[in-house]
Amino acid sequence: MEKALREKARELLTTGEANVIIGYEWNRRKTRATPAFITKADEVDRLIFNPLCVNNLSIYLTRKNKDILRMGKPAIVAKGCDIKNIVVLISEGQVKREDVVIIGMSCNGVVYKQGLWKGELRPEIMPVKCHNCDVRNPHLTDFVIGDHIDFTPPETPRGMVFDKIAALDAKTPGERWSFWLEEFSRCIKCYACRQACSLCYCERCITEKNVPQWIETSAHQRGNIAWNLVRAMHLAGRCTFCGECERSCPANIKLNLVNQKLVLTVKDAFDFKSGYDEKIHPPMIVFSPDDTENFIK
Amino acid sequence: MSQENTEETQATETTETFEPKIMAFVCNWCTYAGADLAGTSRMEYRPNVRIIKLPCTGRIDPLFIIKAFENGADGVLVSGCHPGDCHYTAGNYHAKRRWIAFRSLMEFTGIDTRRLQFSWISASEALKWVDLINNVTDEIKALGPFMDFKNLKG
Repeated sequence: MEKALREKARELLTTGEANVIIGYEWNRRKTRATPAFITKADEVDRLIFNPLCVNNLSIYLTRKNKDILRMGKPAIVAKGCDIKNIVVLISEGQVKREDVVIIGMSCNGVVYKQGLWKGELRPEIMPVKCHNCDVRNPHLTDFVIGDHIDFTPPETPRGMVFDKIAALDAKTPGERWSFWLEEFSRCIKCYACRQACSLCYCERCITEKNVPQWIETSAHQRGNIAWNLVRAMHLAGRCTFCGECERSCPANIKLNLVNQKLVLTVKDAFDFKSGYDEKIHPPMIVFSPDDTENFIK
Repeated sequence: MSQENTEETQATETTETFEPKIMAFVCNWCTYAGADLAGTSRMEYRPNVRIIKLPCTGRIDPLFIIKAFENGADGVLVSGCHPGDCHYTAGNYHAKRRWIAFRSLMEFTGIDTRRLQFSWISASEALKWVDLINNVTDEIKALGPFMDFKNLKG
C-alpha cells in the first residue's frame, strides 16, 4: 500500500500534476505519524500510511495555512473521513475541486490516540467513528490506493459517544447542566479544538472580536460555556465527526458529544449528513419552507 | 448607589416578589410593530420584558441569547414575522433552521427550555404579544431566578 502511494506521489510530482504532497511521515523516533509536505520527487519514500495516521490533513487545504497554499497545487493523502471534510470545504467554496488532487486511502480504521498503538489495530483502540465508518472505501477521489474493503457499518450508529448522548438525554436538565459545567470548567481556552478543525477556517474567529468582547477570553466558566457552545453551533450541519477537536483537547473535554448531538439533530430535522456530496449546500445556509418544529408559538 | 442597588436586587430575588428579567429579541418589521401597536392601543402588559429590535430574525445570532443569559436574563424571548411574511423574503426561514439546532443544543447542555421561548407575531397581533409576554413572565416567575448562569463564579 505504501509502495503504491509512493509511486503515485512520485508520478504526481514528476509530471507536475501536483507541487506538494500532503501526507504522513514518521517522526524521528518512528513512534508517531506526523504530517509531511513533500515537494521533491526523490523524497517520496518518506511517505507512510498505517493506522497511526490519525490526523485529518484537510486542515492544510484551508486559508488558515497560507504558507502551505503558497507551495502550489496540493495532492492530499486522505482517508474517507478526511475526504468528508474536503467535501464540506468544496461545498462551502473554500477549495475548488480541480485545485486539489485527492489520493484516497482505503482504510481499516485508525487508532483513537497514537499513544495507544501497540503494533496491532484492535477494536478497543479505534475511535467510535471507525466502528461506524461508511467510507472505508473513499468516496471522492482522483486515485484510490489500497484494496477494496468489505465493511458494513451498523444500521444505527453504535459506540461510546452515542451511548453517552442517550444517557445524557435521559437525565434531567439540572444533571446535564452540572455535567457540562464540570466538563467545560477544564477548558483552558487554548483553542486547540479550533486549530485542529478544518471547518473552523475563519481568519478572524468570533472569540478574537473584542469590540464588543463577545466571548470572555479568560478561562472562566462563562466564557468557557459560551466558547464551546458557539463553536458547536458554528459547526451545526457541517461537522463530519472526524473527532480531531476532542483528540487535540489537552483537557479531554468531550467535544464529540456536543458535535455528534448536533449531527443527530440535523439528521433528524433536515435529513442531512455532511461530507457526502460536494454539490449540496450545507443545511444552515439554505432553508426549506417545509421545515417543521414544535416549539415556535 | 450601585452598591445599594445590588443589595436590593439580591433581596428581591430571594423573596416572593421576584421579578424576572426577560430579554426579547424581536424583528423590526413584525413583532416590534406588534409591540408598538400594543403600546399605541394602550394595552397593559407585564413590565418585565426588555426589547431589543433587530432588522430581522435572521440577524439573531445564537450568541446573543447566550450573552443575554450571561448578563443575567432569567428568560429570553425570540420573535419575528410569520413564515412567508419576512420583509427580506427568507430571513425567518433561515432563523428557524438555526433555532432548531440551537434549541436542541441548549436542551442538551441542560438549559431549561422554558426559559428560551420562540414565537411568530405579526404587526397586527398586539393581543398575541400581550398574552405572550404575560404568559412568559408568569411562567418564568414560577420557575424563579435563573441561577444556572448567575451561580457561575467571577
